Amino acid sequence: MNSHAINDLKKLLGADALLHRPEELLLYEYDGSVEVARPNCVVFPRNTKDVVGVVQIANRYQIPIIGRGAGTGLSGGALARQGGILVVFSRMNLILEIDVENQRAVVQPGVVNADLSVAVAHTGLHFAPDPSSQKASTIGGNVSENSGGPHTLAYGVTTNHVHSLEAVLSTGELVRLGSPALDSPGYDLPGLFVGSEGTLALITEITVKLTRLPETVKTLLAIFDTVDDATETVVDITARGITPAACEMLDGWTIRAVEAYVHAGFPVDCAAVLLLEVDGLREAAEQHAEDVADVCRLHHAREVRVARDARERDLLWKGRKNAFGAVGRLSPTYYVQDGVIPRTKLPQTLRRINEIGEKYGFEIGNIFHAGDGNLHPIILFDAREEKQFQRAVASADEIIGFCIEMGGSITGEHGVGMEKDRLMPLLFSEDDMNLMRGVRHAYNPSGLLNPGKIFPNTKGCGEIHVRPLPVAGVSRA
Amino acid sequence: MSTASATVSSRLADIVGPSNVFTDSAQLATFAIDDKNPSSVVHAQSTAEIAEIVKFARKENLKIVATGARTKLGIGLPPRQYDIALDITHLDRLVSYDPGDLTLSVEAGIPLYKLGAILAEHRQFLPLAVPYFDRTTIGGTIASGVDGPLRQLYGTARDYLLGMEFVTGEGVVAKSGGRVVKNVTGYDIHKLMIGALGTLGVITRINFKTFPMLSSSRAFVATFQTVERACGMRNRVSQSHLAPVSMEIFSPGVGNFFSSEAASKIAPPSIPENIFSGSRWIFTCGFTGNPNALARYESDLRKLAEECGAVNAVVLEEPQLASAFALKREFIPIALSSSPATTILKISVQPRRIAEALTAAAREAENRHLPWAAMARGVGVIYFAVFPPESSDAMRQRVVQASNNILSACAALGGHATIPWCPSPWKNGLKVWGLPCDDFAQMLKLKKVFDPDSIFSPGRFVGEI
Repeated sequence: MNSHAINDLKKLLGADALLHRPEELLLYEYDGSVEVARPNCVVFPRNTKDVVGVVQIANRYQIPIIGRGAGTGLSGGALARQGGILVVFSRMNLILEIDVENQRAVVQPGVVNADLSVAVAHTGLHFAPDPSSQKASTIGGNVSENSGGPHTLAYGVTTNHVHSLEAVLSTGELVRLGSPALDSPGYDLPGLFVGSEGTLALITEITVKLTRLPETVKTLLAIFDTVDDATETVVDITARGITPAACEMLDGWTIRAVEAYVHAGFPVDCAAVLLLEVDGLREAAEQHAEDVADVCRLHHAREVRVARDARERDLLWKGRKNAFGAVGRLSPTYYVQDGVIPRTKLPQTLRRINEIGEKYGFEIGNIFHAGDGNLHPIILFDAREEKQFQRAVASADEIIGFCIEMGGSITGEHGVGMEKDRLMPLLFSEDDMNLMRGVRHAYNPSGLLNPGKIFPNTKGCGEIHVRPLPVAGVSRA
Repeated sequence: MSTASATVSSRLADIVGPSNVFTDSAQLATFAIDDKNPSSVVHAQSTAEIAEIVKFARKENLKIVATGARTKLGIGLPPRQYDIALDITHLDRLVSYDPGDLTLSVEAGIPLYKLGAILAEHRQFLPLAVPYFDRTTIGGTIASGVDGPLRQLYGTARDYLLGMEFVTGEGVVAKSGGRVVKNVTGYDIHKLMIGALGTLGVITRINFKTFPMLSSSRAFVATFQTVERACGMRNRVSQSHLAPVSMEIFSPGVGNFFSSEAASKIAPPSIPENIFSGSRWIFTCGFTGNPNALARYESDLRKLAEECGAVNAVVLEEPQLASAFALKREFIPIALSSSPATTILKISVQPRRIAEALTAAAREAENRHLPWAAMARGVGVIYFAVFPPESSDAMRQRVVQASNNILSACAALGGHATIPWCPSPWKNGLKVWGLPCDDFAQMLKLKKVFDPDSIFSPGRFVGEI
């Protein structure tokens, strides 16, 4: 990168807010995905003014700018695909305002998701979106990716919990979108910017909705001897119009990986478990828990356990939320997919994933948000072997292809990023994508903001290419 | 008919067939917006036809307003130019419905009541309990962005809209989102179409998440001497673990028009006498659940009402419940029929400022001797209606002054307000879309992407976009 640009950034932010030596940049080549891309430098703004300044410098030298929170994303959204300045928001981590009465909070983008809920817990409120990464991931990252989580089944994803935004466009223009009061006149700009994966603006301040914690929470663990019984249970619960707060499934393979690591108390000899949660008013939650347990038994659940207290409940959730960490111990690399299918298609889709695994000779674990049909097949492979990587990608593509055949989508909560851009033509026509590109161009005319994301590079090309191997030696063991 | 418009109508007939183009003045008048008639009315039969019509209009510099049941054409400013009324009510098919997945795809022209009946067969529903429910189309509901009582629990359409197909101002058929309940693929362009008054595109197909029908429901009604106390009740309920499906506060005297002739057409007067009448503020919320939950709601609400100083409290069951709900849902049409010059402001404030906003608005109306009534939703959205006894110029002056002051008062409270409904001739002097908004420049950028030649509803929306 131009040394003048480095000097300008140093002058603006101070030497302690800038990394640019190759060894310093290593860590920032990665996020939670299998992608790798090295930025030219990393900056740590302290406030919105710093962000505006960085964007101005980037414009001066025509360098790409990429926003990044904690780097836990699973689609390469926070990687500098074409190099450039990685803007890391970890120092903009203040909760600026908590308005208990109106159930709102104003936060900087670097505030860690779970920290906000901890900060307001004493008021009986919480920030409802709960991605599994919530102990590390930032609200700015959640907003950019429109993150989900286990409890989005009942509570909705990030976009349902954002009132307004302050953001910096690629031109350096500072804008306020939406209002803390509802139904702002005009177009729903926050609705567009949330989930735009850092391609429209850098988000510098977020006004979020806080949700009341439920009076009663019942967490159930239903244990099944066949995967089919577990998936049929989910189909039946959905069809009966019971909406649990969460409905997660872990298959036997994943359970064994989790148990070896977390000791959450999942039975290691079963084929699948459903981790179900119902909440609400005591009278309603108790009834719902019984209803859910009845449906599980109807589909031959071997056992339905109800967590007796908060400790047991936390342990079950620890097993769920640390599952990816547990899987990471088994293999040098894993590849997590994020396809979505209609809930009615769960049984045949899980069977198909199993067949695809056998075909390619991979262990494919399944741990996912069954209640909203959001799959997370985990393909274990060794990225050091090029052929394995190619096969992993091919098997993942086959899974995604099946999801789309079922009427589904390529990503439910992880984002398109640089991982699935080539899959976009499976869902969208060139006209659809050109309109979206037009929207990107309207706010990001220079194209400097997070280039190479979401949209396939080659216009008019509908076929899928297998990507080149990432830098050798990817290891997350 | 002039030669030019004869040519236009024959070209339109080439696209949709002669039986679907109307140019007789009686027909045109039924599509009038703010007393302005279109030159042609076209009934489109398909998305492809709509794309063709848009392309033709673009080439000929003609302007289009897409219409459904035409219940809310009064919202917004008069169109700068209005050539083609594009009626989409023939696009009324159910495209797909997967009750087991609770997902639905429909064409935009399907009436809400029809859709409701289809969903009801599977004991499901869409929480769009919006005004003109018995006539309005799903497309018009989305494009106008109107809300309903169920937003308290279910949010607005943006919270359960899954995807959309639409035709842009360049005649391109495009889509965003999908049909599954969770999806982050591509930009959420469909959210932009909500409440955009058709200025970004013609909505042709909409995908939704559906919901299981509510189990038995009740409504709680309590009356209070002051607005502060009624709002205090709202605050206590939202601090509690109760999760009502709807929550509204009505101003004193709202019963006068709830017992009007217009209201009795909407809901048979089966509501117990005196509930909505008298001089007190009315707090009302709906709740649902199993018998134990219903009992809990009732006892907790009674206790809260007593602590908040309620004068009296009553629980409504069927059939009164349905009538009371219909009145809540149809507040706007009832208000509009209550005076020749009804003007309704939509005020948005943070929930704890509802009382202040209501007080400020009431003061401005009363200072000018304008009768008024208000419905405030618990989420902070207030419909404030003034009923000038006549549509004279003097009366217009009073309404302009009052509404200007209310707009400023709302801004001072950190909120905003618009004037969605007023007599057409008054729109010139009223700030229909409220005070200028900070992010208008960003909206303009979108308009240029979706409708570069301003074909759709020119001048009607925010900033005369």
